[in-house]
Amino acid sequence: MVAVYFVPVWEITLEAPQYPEGLGFEIWINKMTGDLNTVNGLNHYIGMKKIEPDSIKELTYMPYFLGFLLITLLFTAWKNKKSLLMVWVAVFIVFGIAGGIDFYVWEYDYGHNLDTTAAIRVPGMTYQPPLIGDKQLLNFVAHSYPSYGGFILIISGILSVLLLFYELKFNKYEK
Amino acid sequence: MGKVKNHVIALLLLVILFIIGGCGKGKSTKGPLIESDAPNKVYVEPGKYDEFYGFVSGGFSGQLAVYGLPSGRLLRVIPVYSQNAENGWGYTEETKPMLNTSYGFIPWDDSHHSELSMKDGVPDGKWIFINGNNTPRVARISLGTFRTEEIIEIPNSAGNHSSPFTTPNSDYVVAGTRFSIPVENRDVPISSYKENFKGALTFIKVAPDNGKMSIGFQLITPGFDYDLSHAGKGPSDGWFFFSCYNSEQAHTLLEVNASQKDKDFIMAVNWKKIEELVASGKGTDMTANYAHNVYDDKKHSATSEMIKKVRVLKPADVQGALYYIPCPKSPHGADVDPTGEYIVGGGKLATVIPVFAFKKMVSAIGNKEFDGDIDGIPILKYETVLAGEVKDPGLGPLHTEFDDKGFAYTSAFVSSEIVKWKVETREVVDRLPVYYSVGHLMIPGGDSKKPWGKYLLSMNKITKDRFLPTGPELNQSAQLIDISGEKMKLLLDFPTVGEPHYAQGIPADLVAKNSVKIFKIEENQHPYATKSEKDARVVREGNIVHVYMTAIRSHLSPDNIEGVKASDEVYFHVTNLEQDWDIPHGFTIMGNDNSELLIMPGETCTIKWTPKSPGIYPFYCTDFCSALHQEMQGYMRVSDKNSNVPITFSSNYKKEDTK
Repeated sequence: MVAVYFVPVWEITLEAPQYPEGLGFEIWINKMTGDLNTVNGLNHYIGMKKIEPDSIKELTYMPYFLGFLLITLLFTAWKNKKSLLMVWVAVFIVFGIAGGIDFYVWEYDYGHNLDTTAAIRVPGMTYQPPLIGDKQLLNFVAHSYPSYGGFILIISGILSVLLLFYELKFNKYEK
Repeated sequence: MGKVKNHVIALLLLVILFIIGGCGKGKSTKGPLIESDAPNKVYVEPGKYDEFYGFVSGGFSGQLAVYGLPSGRLLRVIPVYSQNAENGWGYTEETKPMLNTSYGFIPWDDSHHSELSMKDGVPDGKWIFINGNNTPRVARISLGTFRTEEIIEIPNSAGNHSSPFTTPNSDYVVAGTRFSIPVENRDVPISSYKENFKGALTFIKVAPDNGKMSIGFQLITPGFDYDLSHAGKGPSDGWFFFSCYNSEQAHTLLEVNASQKDKDFIMAVNWKKIEELVASGKGTDMTANYAHNVYDDKKHSATSEMIKKVRVLKPADVQGALYYIPCPKSPHGADVDPTGEYIVGGGKLATVIPVFAFKKMVSAIGNKEFDGDIDGIPILKYETVLAGEVKDPGLGPLHTEFDDKGFAYTSAFVSSEIVKWKVETREVVDRLPVYYSVGHLMIPGGDSKKPWGKYLLSMNKITKDRFLPTGPELNQSAQLIDISGEKMKLLLDFPTVGEPHYAQGIPADLVAKNSVKIFKIEENQHPYATKSEKDARVVREGNIVHVYMTAIRSHLSPDNIEGVKASDEVYFHVTNLEQDWDIPHGFTIMGNDNSELLIMPGETCTIKWTPKSPGIYPFYCTDFCSALHQEMQGYMRVSDKNSNVPITFSSNYKKEDTK
């Protein structure tokens, strides 16, 4: 899980005829990289707010949340207690769900909260990228998928649940 | 008696010329049927890339055309010596200094030969050089940006023809004068030619890291017409070979008077030895005045500096470094084979192609087998230096290029054909007609140590009936020939830009990977750059108005400007804020008597405009940049020169955009 600090967590890619080389950006635990300027430039036509990493507070909190999880995980391993593991897994899952909701809200805000004087206004059309999966937005197909960090977190989540299950079911004699 | 014989031969040649000239008028000579697989060999599928870049000189267009080979698709025309209103080259404040010379601002030239920079005798894809023939200059073009980065003027030269050929590591680019003139140039009777006129051969030093050019030294040699040249390589590395005609030193009706002697010369120059002599202080620093113009990619601007001296050496200063090799009848090409062992002369009126052996030249020099001298420059004996002659090479052999299998290919202008011959045996093995009157020919790497001998490009002066007619003025053409097999096969005809003299070819992957996509806005050091819309503004300084404008899809900022007065000098400094590949913006204003701007992503360009009368002047983006390109427009209000309308401007900048 330490590796999550060094690889992107999520990636949003866009497909359009004029971008055969691909267009997109990656969300890291603490920053965003990729073609943000280009995406922002294109988004101004539909009146979408500029995506500015400096103003996204999650990118400041996230490294600490993850750090907290890592330290408590080590603490749990050191104490070697099932109850602690149970609490930790619960916190981790809540963290995951909260992260997902937060990401959805963020996408909803960008996709719906549009400048009413924008050049392109299609009645009823919003531009929220999918939480996970693919979606056609005007001339672009947007893809939203976990990147390395995301997969590490998902696999970590699954592993920790399996571990808890194993501990509860087969390891009944220890405290 | 010999003279009479020569006249008879000359007359015969003229008759043949007329006969050939008349051919086009009769039945169409469309040439042989092409091989049935030819279409597949030149067809490059949509979206696929060509195998080679071909850099074809624009001749009297003054530019350099870039083609994809084998398709013959025109990829780009790089403006070099001629103003190009299409993108503002030579019109913008940034690029005007590039065309500065000691004769003032020169908006055009005649660009003859292109030559790629080399490493170990093989094209390396870093730069390409091209000569300006009329106002003697050499330009260096970056193959990262495909833009002219540097132009240096050549003093004491007049007609920079035997240029810009380079040494195997591009230490030097040469510039030999086609016209001899008084050095330094002054008012003398033309009839004093023999006494006063000299031929300058210039060696331009090229800095290995950034390519910056400076004149290393200049040889002031007898007043002949220095025509073409090529560097030695391998065993002959350290030598340069210049062909020259008019050893008669005629100054009028050269057509006849410079065709009298049986032989003119190829001059062999030991440039390594001269370099050492210069380093040890030989020669004199002569007062001169020539322009050195450099374009900076970060400042997006050029500067022009006048250089005031040049190191010159006379034959007496460089004894043992210059020799004349006799060469039949007004030689044109001076080409060196890939092994560096053979030097091939091309005599415009010769009936054979002489092939000289470098080894023989060295031993002749060692044995002092000379046949007199000219101004102290020893003349070698033709037979002593000759490896052999190619017999029956076609009429008017001009230039020779080489493949990687030991064959040479010579263009024959008068008989309009390419002649293939074996370098070692000098026997002709194949010939192919071309349409019509080939000048130069090119094989990718064909003048280097490593020819990529798959295609040959024949560059023809006359096209006549080859394409749909376009009135009296027709494009010249190139013909692509497959040389991978034993027999040459014609594959493709395509029209060219201007007059294609020489060309260069290089495998695409050596160049394409370095091609620049955008200029980074954060690296833009232009003094009038506007890097953010919030900095867009209009500033008056006396009767000069600076407009700091930005362009981004799909608006210009500011887009309403008031307070400009008739006869103000208005400078539009337009910065393209895009950082996306292939999103240029254009700019122009109604009644603009200069040119438009075409601004690449991250770049700043400036156009000067002097409005003459009050009114409303629309301006707009000239490049269809986006769906709302037509909306990318604005207005400038111009008031009477005595009015007191203050400078005001509107912009698209919104405070909430920057949080």
